Amino acid sequence: MRRMILTAVFLASGLPAADITVVQNGTIHTVTKGTFKGSIVIRDGKIAEVGEKVMTPAGARIVDATGKHVIPGIIDAHTHIALDSINEGSVSVSSMVDVTEMLNPESVSIYQALAGGVTVCNSMHGSANSIGGRNVVFKMRWGADARGLVFDKAKPSLKMALGENPKRQGSPQGLQIPGLSPPQNLRYPGTRLGVEDVIRDAFTRARAYQREWKDYETRKARGEKLLPPRRDLELEPLVEVLEGKRLVHAHCYRADEILMLIRVFDDFNIRGVTFQHVLEGYKVAKEIAERGHYASTFSDWWSYKVEAFDAIPYNAAIMHRKGVLVSLNSDDAGGAELMRRLNTEAAKVIKYGGLSEDEALAMITINPAKQLAIDQWVGSIETGKDADLVIYDKHPLSIYSKVEKVFIDGRQYFDRDEDMSRRPKIEAEKEGLRKKLLDQQKQAMPQNRRPS
Amino acid sequence: MRKNSLPALAAALPVFAFLITAALAETVNWTAIRGARIVPVSGPVIEKGTVLMRNGVIAAVGAQVDVPASAWVIEGNGLTVYPGLIDALSTWALPQPAQAQPAAARGAQPQQPPQQQQQQPQQQQTRSWGPRDRPGTFSWVKAADQLQPGDPRLGQARNAGFTSAAVFPRQGIVAGHGAIINLGGKTAGDMVVAPEAGLYLALRPSGYTGFPSTPMGIMAYFRQLWFDAGHYRQALALYAADPVNIPRPAYDRALEGILGAKRVLLPAADPVQLERMLGLAGDLKTPAVFYGAVRGYEMAARLKETGTPVILNVRWPTRDRDADPEDQDSYRELRIRDLAPTSPAVLSQAGVKWAVSSDGLDSPRAVLRALKQSIDRGLKPEDALRALTLSAAEIYGAADRLGSIEGGKIANLVLADGDLFNDSTRVRMVFIDGVRYLPEPEAPAPQGAPGRGPSHSEEEQ
Repeated sequence: MRRMILTAVFLASGLPAADITVVQNGTIHTVTKGTFKGSIVIRDGKIAEVGEKVMTPAGARIVDATGKHVIPGIIDAHTHIALDSINEGSVSVSSMVDVTEMLNPESVSIYQALAGGVTVCNSMHGSANSIGGRNVVFKMRWGADARGLVFDKAKPSLKMALGENPKRQGSPQGLQIPGLSPPQNLRYPGTRLGVEDVIRDAFTRARAYQREWKDYETRKARGEKLLPPRRDLELEPLVEVLEGKRLVHAHCYRADEILMLIRVFDDFNIRGVTFQHVLEGYKVAKEIAERGHYASTFSDWWSYKVEAFDAIPYNAAIMHRKGVLVSLNSDDAGGAELMRRLNTEAAKVIKYGGLSEDEALAMITINPAKQLAIDQWVGSIETGKDADLVIYDKHPLSIYSKVEKVFIDGRQYFDRDEDMSRRPKIEAEKEGLRKKLLDQQKQAMPQNRRPS
Repeated sequence: MRKNSLPALAAALPVFAFLITAALAETVNWTAIRGARIVPVSGPVIEKGTVLMRNGVIAAVGAQVDVPASAWVIEGNGLTVYPGLIDALSTWALPQPAQAQPAAARGAQPQQPPQQQQQQPQQQQTRSWGPRDRPGTFSWVKAADQLQPGDPRLGQARNAGFTSAAVFPRQGIVAGHGAIINLGGKTAGDMVVAPEAGLYLALRPSGYTGFPSTPMGIMAYFRQLWFDAGHYRQALALYAADPVNIPRPAYDRALEGILGAKRVLLPAADPVQLERMLGLAGDLKTPAVFYGAVRGYEMAARLKETGTPVILNVRWPTRDRDADPEDQDSYRELRIRDLAPTSPAVLSQAGVKWAVSSDGLDSPRAVLRALKQSIDRGLKPEDALRALTLSAAEIYGAADRLGSIEGGKIANLVLADGDLFNDSTRVRMVFIDGVRYLPEPEAPAPQGAPGRGPSHSEEEQ
């Protein structure tokens, strides 16, 4: 109830009085329905009409996009931004943790991402352990509180990881050296074989837990008086994965470990997994596509560790041609870096692989939307979808283009000109505060020295 | 009944007055403070009046109070009587770790793990592999069992006008149960006003000891712990109903401690953490009191809406004196420093119940100085006083006995020679359970600091 009221207040204060905005005379890249010169009518935060000719309702706010380009808000399927904790790496299965409650709406990386045209991202638990935590999909509604950011229609998901990170035996906090540190303090597993074991063991335990509850419900229905099973926050999300209620994002690099995980998921009948990084995905694209799994990768970034060496810039294009649904991501954590230029990351699949403009843009819009199971609402410019739009001054796949305006749910959250004009005022305020506090501190000095 | 009939009796039989007083002296101790300015907090100020105490309890207060002839009378001319001040989140009288480790203003900031010298030293040494290892959990520890009446900080606290405190253990992440205590008494048992004040929870990652290593892990752990406690309660109830067929649940001191918690104390430094902790407290299904609130000035509306009280840490943030002059403070940081002292006024205006913690301040008197800064930024002095007295008592459900000068309450009083928030004002005496304490000389340096002073040179030779 309270949330409803808050949302109502939020909408009432956020939208212009008319509730209708028309983005006029721009080059509209719908991604799914072609590119043309035309206009978009936004009503109540949704795209009401899009076309070469639209009806402009009286009293609508007009945004002139003449000579400019409009694309759907960019969606980043793999980030760690705006999280106050990322890795609960102390244990190999930490599915009891949820990064959603670590979402920090004051993190400036949200605004930075917004300035780069990103409107939705999947911010995830890190890759320190085989089964990490629960992830959060949120919109860059800069200024809202944590609840206001969360894109609550998104399907919940779980992070998993393979390879070098989860097989590290020391905790991320304490550098522990095998052979020197006491063995009881080392984390299992220490090999890729062990990673598979940890994952199989976890899902096997989850199955048993699931059975335990089902058994309890049946006996309870028969009228038996008995103690319910102990709720286990570690196993609950794994049961949701088994039941198809929770997506999986699996950090991986090498073809062999990707195949390993595909087989594990086959055994547990788990579908719709997004392989993250997946730099050797081009070697096993057929196998990924056959199961209906997805891939989210980098355009041309590799060799930062041994398992990331055998990579090629054609990875995304090859996987795409083999029928894999591919997205490009930033993996940004501290601040939004790559996130601010995902448009040029997309452009690289035209150079490496010869994909079309729409195919390239799809990799940062509709494809990640499908991977996050939010394509019903975002990811393309279509009637009925959320009005998450980015206006560029030039072609969005050009390195010379700049983001001018960003809309989320029809509300303007970023305007480059406004941002620029605000800066001197903030700088002056900051300088004033600095002086004021310095004076106060000087005044307080003699008083503080007095013995108490 | 008795307290009214006694003065009449004494007046009617003046001849035997001496004998009667002598006979009753063993059971009834009357003390009166006469002719003083009285600030009861729960009612209007009495410009010239009397506070009458009987056996450590306030018997009467007012402009006109009949004082029994046997009473020990203190002339209060020129003095102001306040209710004894209450530190709403303290470690006074509790065993101190080797290094002082007061919780910082920002509750969630990672800190050095506290030294476990006195309490359960072995518990934190083994690595925790998950919630079942009960990491950093001391829910069976009770502050009331650990009081040290000889703590030198008690004298300092009384010198500043404090007579009571809510004291909480601080080790680990589920630190243990607090107690409401008086800051005087012959024995530890004498000091306890209420042995259960709530369970102190911290979001300090435990360092190198495994799960949980992040605030995120700690929050998940708290949830699991409370689920486990609920499950334990269910198991106990089923067993009690049918001890023949239901297996007897294993006794679990950690879960017993969770079930016994009246309320939880959770850190909430800023609006972001407040939202997190509101969510957590809801899941724990336990009333919450938040502590810290360095950005309390931005939290008032939400605290009011949820009816949650807050204990302010009044060590206002300042620029580190040793900071590199070249270092630029962020706009955000500067704003926090500027606005933090306005939190009390903002919270009062919004009608949020707030009290004050001495955490992080170098002396109890610094609490008053910090609040004076807030008074200079718009806080009404009466609101400041209420936070230090009645509000603190109300937060812990102890307002029936503490927090104001009213008949029937514990006789905890402060007599000062002026306004309490004036830096030149001196506390002349305090009463705790009706017993008078005069100001004590304060040691200039912390006691027993090793490696300091000439006394240690002999050991070194």
